[in-house]
Amino acid sequence: MIENLGINYEEAVAVILFGIGFTMMLFQRNLIKKLIGMNIMDTGTFLLLASMGYISGRKAPIIENGIQKTEAYINPVPAGLVLTGIVVSVSVTAIMLALTIRLYKRYHTLYLDDIYALSIHEQEDR
Amino acid sequence: MKKDRMNKWLSGDYDLLEHVMDTTEVPDHGREQVKKEKKSLLERLNQEARTYTVIEAEQRGFRRLYNVVAVISCIFLISVLLFLVSLLPHYGEENPRTIPMVERYVEEGLEETGAVNIVSGLILDYRAFDTLGESHVLFTALVCVMILLRIDRKNMRTDFEDYYTIQQDAYYDLSKDSIIRFVGSVLLPVVFIYGIYILLNGQNSPGGGFSGGAVMGAALIMSAAAFGFKTVDRYLTAKASSVITFVALGFYSFAKGYVFFTGANGLDNHIPKGTPGAIFSGGLILPLDIAVGIVVACTMFGFYSLFVRGNIGGEYETDSLVEKSRSASLVRKGGSHKDPAVDEDGRPIARLRKVARPENPLENAGPEDLVCDEDGRPVARLMKMTGPRQEGRQEDEDD
Repeated sequence: MIENLGINYEEAVAVILFGIGFTMMLFQRNLIKKLIGMNIMDTGTFLLLASMGYISGRKAPIIENGIQKTEAYINPVPAGLVLTGIVVSVSVTAIMLALTIRLYKRYHTLYLDDIYALSIHEQEDR
Repeated sequence: MKKDRMNKWLSGDYDLLEHVMDTTEVPDHGREQVKKEKKSLLERLNQEARTYTVIEAEQRGFRRLYNVVAVISCIFLISVLLFLVSLLPHYGEENPRTIPMVERYVEEGLEETGAVNIVSGLILDYRAFDTLGESHVLFTALVCVMILLRIDRKNMRTDFEDYYTIQQDAYYDLSKDSIIRFVGSVLLPVVFIYGIYILLNGQNSPGGGFSGGAVMGAALIMSAAAFGFKTVDRYLTAKASSVITFVALGFYSFAKGYVFFTGANGLDNHIPKGTPGAIFSGGLILPLDIAVGIVVACTMFGFYSLFVRGNIGGEYETDSLVEKSRSASLVRKGGSHKDPAVDEDGRPIARLRKVARPENPLENAGPEDLVCDEDGRPVARLMKMTGPRQEGRQEDEDD
């Protein structure tokens, strides 16, 4: 199993990046750092997807000189999947940053524990 | 020292650029006010620390459990994923199970789509429905960010934080910097034309709608940052951006609907494929690329504009406020910089316009009804943390 990990080193690194991002999201108390963790998770996913299409010794899937054999090009399908993923990552990051800005305007802090305490304050005051 | 500043910025304390851009003399009333509010907020937090410590005590057990479970789950996740990676087929080798699908895309891609770039033909012809969904995702994200961050008359009247945001933005205005202006004027045409080139060559070389749109959005952002928002506001207001995005997405939907209809019924859609390698080739790929690129460019610029100044075009008072605060600070440059929040008549600027809205309790309020401090500066209302903000701010009548 270990030597398989050594051969699939790109996918292993991608999965480790995913794990690092996941850990950041769970453990950081600062909102911006959670978002950074989510971005790292996305990056790991893209690396995993894009590296699954690579076939060594072949070229990028742009037809040149009219050669249209499958043996000359790498697998083009994962590239399309990564495109969708990147768009989704950008959109989700933008919405989350907007939410963070609104939270900051309301509570003047980015620290999740303080926001929670202040919101409980408000509920008690009502 | 730098790490300290970074930590303070991350925790929301103050601006990273505070001591860097001391070129103008606009006083930071906004930030002082905000610091005052924050101090009072923290005082209140400390006064009633009983509640805070009670919450902490309640949470302590939960926090320990949470940490333990989180560590276990992270280790479990990483180990399971690594185990699965070791079961994957070898990196760099062809997977024999995917060969039939790849054969169809590679060998018949050129005849069926007319695109030399197989990936473009894939995402814009074979799987164009997915790309339609992605464009809709971008549009929805732009709409959501507009809902969250847009500053308009109703918000600005009751939320002085937005006014101070605008004033800070005037302070950090980049368009007075000559380096950025010079570099922008040299680079801007190059970047924009490069974006258009990437877009038009989506089917012949690496490129396509998304990358071309991103580069064009970056060009728009650069022109807004280097030359001020007024240059872009001439042609890209919120309404224009919405209309353009809507038209592009509608065109995409109708075009693909037509192709689906003719394809499902076995008819021939009379869209010319052209010679591979030319610009006008690939059937519908070029128009769809343009539509997607337009959507992406508008979305990128929309995000930037909303995050920086709260609006995409200059329809509301944001720009006039910026001008007034700038001109007010310039007028009093020789004397005291006491009141940039006040225009020449002595009235606070944040109440520029009275919109006829009878249900608003602040409708006929004069300057004396604002909560001001001794210098006549309006104090932001964030000191009242008694419940969520509602339309019309009915809880103000309880003061």
